[in-house]
Amino acid sequence: MIRLNWMLVLSSVLFAISVAGMFINRKNLILLLMCVELLLLSANMNFVAFSRITGDIHGQLFVFFVLTVAAAESAIGLAILVVLFRERRSINVEDLSTLKG
Amino acid sequence: MLVEILFWVFAAILSVAALAMITVRNPVHAALLLVLCFFTSAAIWLLMEAEFLAVVLILVYVGAVMVLFLFVVMMLDINVEEVRARVTRYALFGAIVAGVVVFEIVSVVWTRSGSGTNVDAVAASLPANHSNTAELGQLLYTEYVYPFELAAVLLLVAIVAAISLTMRKRAGLKQQNIAKQVAVRREDRIRIVKMPSEGSGQPSSTEKGA
Repeated sequence: MIRLNWMLVLSSVLFAISVAGMFINRKNLILLLMCVELLLLSANMNFVAFSRITGDIHGQLFVFFVLTVAAAESAIGLAILVVLFRERRSINVEDLSTLKG
Repeated sequence: MLVEILFWVFAAILSVAALAMITVRNPVHAALLLVLCFFTSAAIWLLMEAEFLAVVLILVYVGAVMVLFLFVVMMLDINVEEVRARVTRYALFGAIVAGVVVFEIVSVVWTRSGSGTNVDAVAASLPANHSNTAELGQLLYTEYVYPFELAAVLLLVAIVAAISLTMRKRAGLKQQNIAKQVAVRREDRIRIVKMPSEGSGQPSSTEKGA
């Protein structure tokens, strides 16, 4: 049977991979958004595992709401990305230094 | 035993796909690998008997969000080589951070719980006709109805924001200005010109004869 430890380690590995992806692809805005999606997925995996082990369905409901927020976030993020590309012809994060203090 | 084997196979696929996603050069390949990640996660959630969420993950993420990602990636003409970061400098740093994260969580998990508890310990007592979807719906429309409505409003706001951000005002586009149309007055449109009338207004003799 699946052990809780395995799920926790799997989700931590996913989390670490997505954090490393943010370092590696720090210039590409699209890949940064994808890494955020992967990060949310790894958090959701913890919710599902703990919901299963405690027999409490509330954890799964929380995943439902996280999915909603993540969908809204990626939609707005991609819209901003499209506007940005129209404006600058580039999605390089390093070009976005207008607000530099 | 079969469940364990399936879990490890899926976990391996998930990790490899995630690793490939963050390292491939082509953004389209990265999006497709992320689809594989979501699909494998849905399979793992099915093993955890979270059936509704597994279906929702595929429908919402693979069906909507990742299609949106692919759409944007293919619509924008991105110079891949330009946005590609110089891997050598930051890859090492990222790997160190990732290693520390994994080490911390693994050490905490293993020292606190030893070999680990069985995930199915509680839920195994559920009846055979137990419906995950019905239970979620029962909770969603009673106890969580207010957050549910808020989530719906959030999605509506996201739609409006995304459309208003990306709507483009093209030159030469003919549009109605309703307020201007309603506010128009008679004086703006017609002009009454006073003119002297032609002749005396009496019909001429030739017309009378005809």
